[in-house]
Amino acid sequence: MSATSMIETLSDSDTVPAASLSEQSVWKQEGATPFLRIENVSKKFGEFTAVDNVSLNIYKNELFCLLGGSGSGKSTLLRMLAGFEAPTSGRIIIDGVDMAGIQPWKRPVNMMFQSYALFPHLSVEENVAFGLKREGLGRAEVKQRVNQMLDMVQLGHLGKRKPHQLSGGQRQRVALARSLVKRPKLLLLDEPLGALDKKLREETQFELINIQEELGVTFVVVTHDQEEAMTLATRIGVMNHGVIVQTAEPHDVYEYPNSRFVAEFVGSVNLFEGRVIEEQSDFVRIRSAEADAVLYVNHGISCAPNQKVHMAVRPEKMRISREQPKQQENCVCGVVEEYAYMGGLTVYRVRLASGKEVRVTQPNMSRSSSERFTWKDKVYLYWDFDSSVVLTA
Amino acid sequence: MSTPTGSAWLAGSGSRLAKYNFFKRVNWGRVSVFSVPTLWLAVFFFIPFLVVFKISLSETAIAIPPYTALLDWNAEDALISLKLNLGNYLFLFEDTFYLDAYLSSVKIAAVSTFFTLLIAFPIAYQMARSQPATRALLLSLVILPFWTSFLLRVYAWMGFLKKNGLVNEFLMGAGIIDQPLIMLQTDFAVYIGIVYTYLPFMVLPLYSALEKMDMTLLEAAEDLGARPVTSFFLITVPLAVPGIIAGCVLVFIPAVGEFVIPALLGGSDTLMIGRVLWDEFFLNRDWPMASAVAIVMLIVLVLPIMLIRNNQGKEESV
Repeated sequence: MSATSMIETLSDSDTVPAASLSEQSVWKQEGATPFLRIENVSKKFGEFTAVDNVSLNIYKNELFCLLGGSGSGKSTLLRMLAGFEAPTSGRIIIDGVDMAGIQPWKRPVNMMFQSYALFPHLSVEENVAFGLKREGLGRAEVKQRVNQMLDMVQLGHLGKRKPHQLSGGQRQRVALARSLVKRPKLLLLDEPLGALDKKLREETQFELINIQEELGVTFVVVTHDQEEAMTLATRIGVMNHGVIVQTAEPHDVYEYPNSRFVAEFVGSVNLFEGRVIEEQSDFVRIRSAEADAVLYVNHGISCAPNQKVHMAVRPEKMRISREQPKQQENCVCGVVEEYAYMGGLTVYRVRLASGKEVRVTQPNMSRSSSERFTWKDKVYLYWDFDSSVVLTA
Repeated sequence: MSTPTGSAWLAGSGSRLAKYNFFKRVNWGRVSVFSVPTLWLAVFFFIPFLVVFKISLSETAIAIPPYTALLDWNAEDALISLKLNLGNYLFLFEDTFYLDAYLSSVKIAAVSTFFTLLIAFPIAYQMARSQPATRALLLSLVILPFWTSFLLRVYAWMGFLKKNGLVNEFLMGAGIIDQPLIMLQTDFAVYIGIVYTYLPFMVLPLYSALEKMDMTLLEAAEDLGARPVTSFFLITVPLAVPGIIAGCVLVFIPAVGEFVIPALLGGSDTLMIGRVLWDEFFLNRDWPMASAVAIVMLIVLVLPIMLIRNNQGKEESV
């Protein structure tokens, strides 16, 4: 496998999933039958509630990401889908069949483990063949399907090796091949790229999407890495303390977070606390002491007058300037406290008069450094009315 | 050292250079570490082995020690004569008694090793699966019997197994049997004694092999459609093979040469090579014959095991 050929295939397919997804969007269609239904599922370990009354519909051919920090319950939810844990209450229905009491070895589900869990005493071929042999398939068919699968993950030439003779990336492919070779209806992936280095991760992400598209298997991916979730997923379910906080497409999770937790967990964000001073169906005006400004957001929210809310704006949506802009609202003033030149962009940390610290990123459009700001510069930060979101939760 | 400027310089001081490098290259720390076990083996294993081997090639004599010398010094003709007696070895093969004793020992040891494995595996498995705190307790329980004398424990078994012993009393009290079972002085008692005595030697290597096992492998196997029984035989057992081999070697080798257990628990017809050795030494006072028996036992036991270990090492390095 050559690196160049892989990058080529990646760049070709790069746009494919996004395009085909916007056509599908099954989850937006009324009355579509979900492939996987999770109904009011809870899991308690003694006093500790790992998963708290989660309901979720996942549709065929989706690549659904459960995103959350450690202890958010995402892995427990995944293990319940695989059958390693039984829900304390609630139902899991896969393809119309209630999974209650069905053992892991009888489920139409396969899992790719975070540690890959390759059998160390078996060769790559034997690892991949393990599941097929349990189905009682003939030797010729097993061999043919194993070879086909190993070719797909570009490991056809390494079939005789043992797992410890492979690199991390190769092991990951073996694990993927092993979990896909049985043609499961549902593939569960536990931090599939967690053990790979950054470069390999990026390559593998797109490969995963390709494979998913090619085979038409429904994927449920668990990850703590928001970047991984963003690139892989058709939809993301953000989990916190055993609860799914928001379920939405990656774009919506990033641009329209529904709570402070989601806004802060996915990407970085600046939050301004304030009180609603004017509230209409199509805009909100907020008085923020923290920002020492009036904030204007061009979408309505349901809230009480004078309610305490937070306004969220992403660092890259802010503009930074030495001159005071014309706009009165959505404009704050501060002093550059620190900056980091990162090549493609520069990150500034600006301290406002109220003591609030704001993060701004600016793309470095020109090579000269005259456009950039330095310590102690007094700057104005401003942003468009449609760039920010009001969060009541 | 300055850089050599010509070939003449190199040729002239070649030998000195080599010596210098040799002393620099020898890692004295490593040598001292290795020399301790090597010396130990030489003094306490290899030299005694040679002594026994020497005795096995001599003849019995009514003397102290009770065998003839190999080297004979004839001062008259200034002749040293070396006399090697292979008769002992030939006799081992002529008299089927010895062959029977070897085979019987190997059989008893093999059967006991098998049962030890059968009993030790669940114990080790359970230990490896339990909580870390419980593990330490269980581990110390396995080692606990070593704190009492081995002889005492074998005598305790005599108390259990004898005609009016605990087992018979219990079975008769419960009404299961009405005649006491003859258990003591049978092969059965020997099996019990060996299995009981060597159980820890099987449990410990098995435990250390099973404890290292990654439990997600079993989940992976189940996920791929293997029932727990299947994943036990396809995943757990193969991964425990190093422990199984180590445990079997640790039990089998001493069990073949076991003397005390067959002497105390076995009957007069329990034929084991350890007893034959004892009888040759102390009843017949035929040291050369006894030495030959010991040497053959060593070759019969150690050679196959060395081959197995060698094979295993090769497989691991592939």
